[in-house]
Amino acid sequence: MNLALETRALCKSFGALTVADKIDFRLEAGARHALIGPNGAGKTTFVNMLTGVLAPSSGTIVLGREDITALGQAKRVKRGLGRTFQINALFRRLSVLDNVALGVAERRGVGFRMLRPASAHAEVRAESMALLATLGLAEDADQRILDLPYGKQRLVEIAIALGLKPSVLLLDEPAAGVPSLESDRILQVLDKLPKDIAILIIEHDMDLVFRFAQRITVLVQGEVLVEGTPEEIGRDKRVHQVYLGEQRYA
Amino acid sequence: MSRHAGGYNADPRVRRIEWLPWIVALAAFFLLPEYLSLGARILIYVLYALSLDLILGYAGIITLGHSAYFGLGAYVAGILAAKVGITDPMIQLAAAAAAGALLGLVTGAIILRTRALTLLMLTLAITSVLLEIANKATPLTGGADGLSGVVVAPVLGLFKFDIFGKTAYLYCLVVLLAGWWLVRRVIYSPFGTSLTGVRENSLRMHAIGAPVYWRLVLVYTLSATIAGVAGGLLTQTNQFVGLNVLSFESAGELLVMLILGGVGRIYGAFVGPVAYLIAQDLLAKQFPEYWYFGIGTMLVLVVMFARGGILGILDAALARLRRKA
Repeated sequence: MNLALETRALCKSFGALTVADKIDFRLEAGARHALIGPNGAGKTTFVNMLTGVLAPSSGTIVLGREDITALGQAKRVKRGLGRTFQINALFRRLSVLDNVALGVAERRGVGFRMLRPASAHAEVRAESMALLATLGLAEDADQRILDLPYGKQRLVEIAIALGLKPSVLLLDEPAAGVPSLESDRILQVLDKLPKDIAILIIEHDMDLVFRFAQRITVLVQGEVLVEGTPEEIGRDKRVHQVYLGEQRYA
Repeated sequence: MSRHAGGYNADPRVRRIEWLPWIVALAAFFLLPEYLSLGARILIYVLYALSLDLILGYAGIITLGHSAYFGLGAYVAGILAAKVGITDPMIQLAAAAAAGALLGLVTGAIILRTRALTLLMLTLAITSVLLEIANKATPLTGGADGLSGVVVAPVLGLFKFDIFGKTAYLYCLVVLLAGWWLVRRVIYSPFGTSLTGVRENSLRMHAIGAPVYWRLVLVYTLSATIAGVAGGLLTQTNQFVGLNVLSFESAGELLVMLILGGVGRIYGAFVGPVAYLIAQDLLAKQFPEYWYFGIGTMLVLVVMFARGGILGILDAALARLRRKA
């Protein structure tokens, strides 16, 4: 099995409160994997540990074959770990194009350059525009994020992450706060994402999860309750009990 | 004169309106020869304000201690001239720039790990420490009496500083032009765009793999270098250095100038010092005891009714006119 990302006995405690307890998790290369769990299960804490926002109390994070546990956020991104945020974290007063171009420029190592104007870096602009076109955002390139509908802002979140050309993409509730019609649009975009990117989606929208994911991990109170295919998860009584109620999705 | 921001779709060419400050500055040289000393002071403060705009307006670094770099530049140029015997203005200015850069790099590397109020207090602490050092190191700095005996040789061996301030004015204007070119270049570069990104959302900048901390240290060092040059210019034109260059009041005054002009606009750094120093000059003549009242009133009005400063008011008025047309 070719693993894109793995955690071994990953723990996080805030004083006496343990929010992640020995999480062993494996994400295969090119996988479509979902992480679900009730509120407070520790999903976002887990993502924050993966991306380096939070340092784990113990345990190991391996990206590809490299132990990245001690690396900072920026270095993890450079090694191919991209993410989107549960609540939009965009450059609100910048244009859509600049939002994406900033990420593309960082990946290409252009971000530190001072001698030539940013607009003279045609390769950054062209790549950003191509990316926006694939997500149906080309016409909005010059719009400020502030002036963009929320659903499109969520797409810009994804565009920024894709501009980093990640090998692993963590999508933290990509459809959060989006009306169902626009949620379908996001799902279409997710379906078209390059197959070589391993995707871990954290989502409350069960329709989206069960339509998108090939494997699902259920996290409860900081521990992995169960992992399996959507059918297995849909049949699992423990999952029904703690998370899904009596609804069936399999 | 609208807000100048870089970006991957921004046109970096100098617009016609951007030549206006330089035309005004040259016109002032010929039309107002009796005000050239005040003019040179204004040009120095414009350069000083530009350095602050770079970090405050574009990178979002708040500071109340920018006078540390300005004051250090002033003292380095002064000590070289009065104590070491180096009178060449270019060497003095280069030394002032190097001192500002070094202090900016060292202090920036420490304080830029913090944010908000902690950062503000640390910037204040740095300038306070430097002020006290300058106060105590009397043999070198002249202490509370100030540093006199500053000798400045003719610029390029040709242009002697005269009592009417002609050389000083043109010299400051040329240095300001170089500083403006540099700042403008940085703002329109990918680096400048990334600074705007840091100001807008540092969380996201981390998430796209940008080394935010080092980028802030770099722009802080650059800003401190320019502030050091401005300080060096003040010494050369005044031929004296007083402790006030390192004071918190000096840093606060600069902040007021920039807010008056408009933060994050490049040209707010031009308009602010002009408005402030001319108002100060006029008010101090009319009301020697209460001139700060007038400055304070201006600031309150701008903060309450025109958050974009004087240039913000102009922008809004122009936008209204365009809508009506």
